[in-house]
Amino acid sequence: MHPVELIGVSKSYDKAEAVLTDIDLSIEEGEFFVLVGPSGSGKSTLLRMIAGLESITSGTIRMNNKIVNHLPPKDRNLSMVFQNYALYPHLTVEQNILFGLRAKKVDKAEQQRRLKETAEMMGLTDLLTRKPKQLSGGQRQRVALARSVVSEAPLCLMDEPLSNLDAKLRAHMRIEIRRLQKKLGLTMIYVTHDQVEAMTMGDRIMVLNDGQIQQIGKPIELYNEPANLFVASFIGSPKMNMGQAMIDNQHLIIEDTVNLPLNVAEIPQVIKRKGITVGVRPEHLLYAKPEEANLFLEIINVEHLGHETLLTFEVGTQLWTAKWLGQWMLEVGQRVPLKLLTKHISFYDSQSGQLMQAPLNKSQLEVVAL
Amino acid sequence: MKDTAVILSDEKQIDVFKAVKKQKLVRFLKGMLFLMPSIVLFSLFLFYPLGRTIYLSFFLTDGSGDPTVFVGWENYLNLFTSPIFLKSLRATFLFVLYTVPGTILVSLFLAILANEKLKGIGIFRTMYASTMGISVAAASVFWMFLFHPTIGWLNQILQALGFNSIGWLTDPQWALLAVSISTIWMNLGFTFLIMLGGLQSIDRYLYESADIDGASYFYQLRRITLPMLSPTLFFVITVTFINAFQTFGQIDMLTRGGPQNETQLIVYSIYQEAFMNYQFGPASAQAIFLFIVILLLTLIQFKLGERKVHYQ
Ligand SMILES: Nc1ncnc2c1ncn2[C@@H]1O[C@H](COP(=O)(O)OP(=O)(O)OP(=O)(O)O)[C@@H](O)[C@H]1O
Ligand SMILES: [Mg+2]
Repeated sequence: MHPVELIGVSKSYDKAEAVLTDIDLSIEEGEFFVLVGPSGSGKSTLLRMIAGLESITSGTIRMNNKIVNHLPPKDRNLSMVFQNYALYPHLTVEQNILFGLRAKKVDKAEQQRRLKETAEMMGLTDLLTRKPKQLSGGQRQRVALARSVVSEAPLCLMDEPLSNLDAKLRAHMRIEIRRLQKKLGLTMIYVTHDQVEAMTMGDRIMVLNDGQIQQIGKPIELYNEPANLFVASFIGSPKMNMGQAMIDNQHLIIEDTVNLPLNVAEIPQVIKRKGITVGVRPEHLLYAKPEEANLFLEIINVEHLGHETLLTFEVGTQLWTAKWLGQWMLEVGQRVPLKLLTKHISFYDSQSGQLMQAPLNKSQLEVVAL
Repeated sequence: MKDTAVILSDEKQIDVFKAVKKQKLVRFLKGMLFLMPSIVLFSLFLFYPLGRTIYLSFFLTDGSGDPTVFVGWENYLNLFTSPIFLKSLRATFLFVLYTVPGTILVSLFLAILANEKLKGIGIFRTMYASTMGISVAAASVFWMFLFHPTIGWLNQILQALGFNSIGWLTDPQWALLAVSISTIWMNLGFTFLIMLGGLQSIDRYLYESADIDGASYFYQLRRITLPMLSPTLFFVITVTFINAFQTFGQIDMLTRGGPQNETQLIVYSIYQEAFMNYQFGPASAQAIFLFIVILLLTLIQFKLGERKVHYQ
């Protein structure tokens, strides 16, 4: 039994062109499910359809095996945190948190019990008499969370709840939300346009672009085997290095400038010889001793992040980035020897954008049994 | 060594103090310069006439309005012994009592209806707001026909339903009510439009959040719409309130203060005293009295309103 199931769901506003097409999706009980995609890809629309705030053009939404297409939001037994928090500006924090319970005429003693519990959990006990205007962004965020926690609904929807916070607070709230979700056993559908947030928080991620599902999977799966060029460039930071390539006589020629020897037998799924796009993660553009290098590139930019160094190279028309651990004192204009292994390269069909051959060697390390 | 340093810093302090003072003066003068046009206009058309009216209220005047005899407070004292003035005072308060709540309730109701997202709602919005574009004179003529004892629609409807016809504008029992009804109608356009604007500026997310929380329509109306609309409501109430005290046009057109002075509102009474009876002194006293009443009531309203109104 799935808390939420979407079958062939589509949406178009005012009979215009479709905002979402043919979404099939099932969410597991107690799962932290992240919806990620660029601005305008239809994430909010999808979430609002699940909440019942937006009508469904075609398809079926089921919750716990019951079709809910026709149900108003209040009968779907869920809570939602809006991007701008939607706090009632004229009510105090306490009244804001209790709004839903009062509307549903929950018993007074029960209201107080839940209020106390929630306020303590969210660290809002001292702020109960304040108005939202008198709170900081992070505190408002916590009130919005408290409002959804207090409803004790098993399904919680969040639409970019962290986008108004600064980087530090955002990192902190990411952990808070994640912990809260695990503790309460909530099923969470979480919308974000930030791929870091998606990667760090989600049990599973769905990447959406132009109203179409690009890929659904665990964060690591999406990172290691992006199903198409869009996911490949969307997930990961700095983003994956891409280049047009062709295979010629056991050689891989990238952007007409890089020429790597290649054993075609290693990549059986690549049948095409032209019209290939290759992708290489920045951490796979390795430094090599000059005698072991198969690639020499000129540095055009160096960024020191402290624990790692980002180097930018020009490869044909593309800019490639390498991510090396540690602090490398290199100068712009220097030619550095690099090693690029076939097992680290993803091969895509340039025309369809679909993955033909994933990297043979995943970045994952052998897990040490603890 | 230490001492000189202290003195030095003291001197600096004083310099800074002077500079700040000078800057403040310059800023004040600049501000005044910008305010000049309105100060001049207000003085010419508001403060001077007000002063002149206060002055006149202590005199008896000749027919052309020049003061003749100084009578002190007598003009004011006479007001409160004049049964006609007391009646017009009563009429005015009743009129305010009828029109202000009437206008607010009806236009709030219409604004809430027109705020729904329905097909063709634009037509209704235009219709409800349309009385704003109709002058008091035109509206009065229109209502005069509605109130007409024999050919008026209102009486025709009453008769069709089997009731006796009513002398809307001629029966002392009905006249004030009739004028109030037409006034409410004239006010509607403006108040409706302002309230609709207020309703539309309420964040849609608040209602969506309440929907998810399972709040009913009326719960949302009471707990979200009305509190969020309170600044608008307060503004509209204040404006309607002051307007009601100053009503003149429709009285002049519909009843001329009659029957039996039932609809003689204060402004109309001032007009009659001044321009029919040429009693500029007593008329000025009435005008000042009205001014003070409106001022006091508005102040009280602000004091009371402050507590209830939620500003964003
Ligand atoms: N009420 C509406 N009427 C018409 N079109 C709409 C409406 N709401 C959204 N759209 C369109 O639907 C598309 C998807 O919008 P949506 O708000 O779901 O994007 P999103 O993925 O949430 O983007 P963001 O990250 O910017 O919030 C956009 O192209 C938008 O213009
Ligand atoms: Mg959105």
